[in-house]
Amino acid sequence: MKFVLWLANIDRRIIFVLIAAAVIIPLLAPIGLPVTVTPQSKSIYDEVEALPPGSNVIVSFDYDPAAAPEVHPMALSFLRHCFERKHKVIIMALWPQGAQMAVRAMAEVGGEFDLEYGRDYVNLGYKPGGDIVIKSMGSSILEVFPRDMAGRATASLPLMAKVRNLNDVALVMDLSAGDPGIPAWVRVGNALYHRKIAGGSTAVSAPQFFPYLQTGQLIGLLGGLKGAAEYETLVKYPGAATSRMDSQSVAHLVIIAFIIFANVAYFISRRYQKGEKTERPAGPQAAP
Amino acid sequence: MDGLTLVGTWIAAILTLCILSFLYKDNPFYKFAEYLFVGISAGFWIAYNYHNLLKPNLLEPLFGGQGEKGAFAVIFQDGQMDFRILTIIAGLLGLTMLFRFFPKVAWVSRYGIAFSVGLGAGLMFIVYLQANCLAQIKGTIIPPLVFNEGFDWGASLANTLLIVGVVSALVYFYFSKEHTGVVGGVARLGIWFLMVSFGAAFGFTVMARISLLIGRMEFLINDWIKGTLAALGLI
Repeated sequence: MKFVLWLANIDRRIIFVLIAAAVIIPLLAPIGLPVTVTPQSKSIYDEVEALPPGSNVIVSFDYDPAAAPEVHPMALSFLRHCFERKHKVIIMALWPQGAQMAVRAMAEVGGEFDLEYGRDYVNLGYKPGGDIVIKSMGSSILEVFPRDMAGRATASLPLMAKVRNLNDVALVMDLSAGDPGIPAWVRVGNALYHRKIAGGSTAVSAPQFFPYLQTGQLIGLLGGLKGAAEYETLVKYPGAATSRMDSQSVAHLVIIAFIIFANVAYFISRRYQKGEKTERPAGPQAAP
Repeated sequence: MDGLTLVGTWIAAILTLCILSFLYKDNPFYKFAEYLFVGISAGFWIAYNYHNLLKPNLLEPLFGGQGEKGAFAVIFQDGQMDFRILTIIAGLLGLTMLFRFFPKVAWVSRYGIAFSVGLGAGLMFIVYLQANCLAQIKGTIIPPLVFNEGFDWGASLANTLLIVGVVSALVYFYFSKEHTGVVGGVARLGIWFLMVSFGAAFGFTVMARISLLIGRMEFLINDWIKGTLAALGLI
């Protein structure tokens, strides 16, 4: 019983140490747990595969460094997949630091392919306004982004000569850490302009997007590190997300174990305390 | 790793450890890192907003920049009309927001707020209704029994659960009738569905937080420890 009571009142710092160990040990000695692919990740992959080569794809970088451990691996895998399929990528950002995250992603991925800026991809940079930016892109992308991130006239870029508005875009992939992000693209890009929207989001915001999947407003969703690892599996390029999934899985097991222990300890200690009360001789009742 | 990057990595690593030290208990190292973060964030966002919002959207259209003449120069020097001058209205409306800091004239800020609220509501009303209400209602109008070359148990169960879940959760939030009898029973079922959804949301939140911890640990192990050892030629 002493052990159960100790478990029920365990020092939270012991839990922190165990979680830290569960994260660090698999990073140092990877286990290689398998990553199963969910239908919502597969549908994004299938959509990119089904597009004819040379299709215009918008990748909206709507996250900042705080969300990078989860969302950045998605960006890398998705860009790799698009460039492999010879699609034209139009990068933009509804978050201030998104444009820089895109630069970082292109620095990591760009060297693997024979790409020319302005012909194969463009980075239009950040534009404030969220929904209003997307709404205006429905009329003219050049008016919303007259210059790219580096200050070049967007109209002078060969790729943008063929892309007037959202009607010329085959797919939008939004990498989102909040709003503006997936909700804005669904509200305007899908509801108003009927564009196909795919999403990649942090795990904490993923549950709110599942209703969009069920209604077909989103064609697919990569949720958190697991979603990123799934896409890496699909494009056969295991990267940061896949290597982090061992730590993620082991940490989850430790948390599940603690939830079970805590509940068992709670119920046993409650029964023990009830038993103690009934065994105690009747005495004067405490005033309420 | 060059010297400057190494110094940056060490600063980031020490600040990470300062923040993580809070897990043991509150201490001056944590407080130092916390205040430093708040101060730097405020400074960063002021500079960022000036260069990415104010300058390209207000100052450059009015006064010129990036090799282009501003609206004032076009109108007053060239004698031609330039509609970019209209951005001055947005600038003035933005300025009215600052009147909130002065209690006697705080009412002026209502004009800026009224404009942005009115514009936002007008532009977004239809799309919100379409995306978050009508499409969701349409998504719930589905057959409870599905036949795909015979009875499809999986799809039928999924559809039935969806319909029962939506209806019972809506009944739980219906407060015009006391939750007793049949209504009470359905509302209680709604609580169960809500609890399951909260559990799923909690699970995803745990996953997100652990992912961030993994990101930091990876930084400490790979960038800081291994990076330093590599810079010293030890590995």
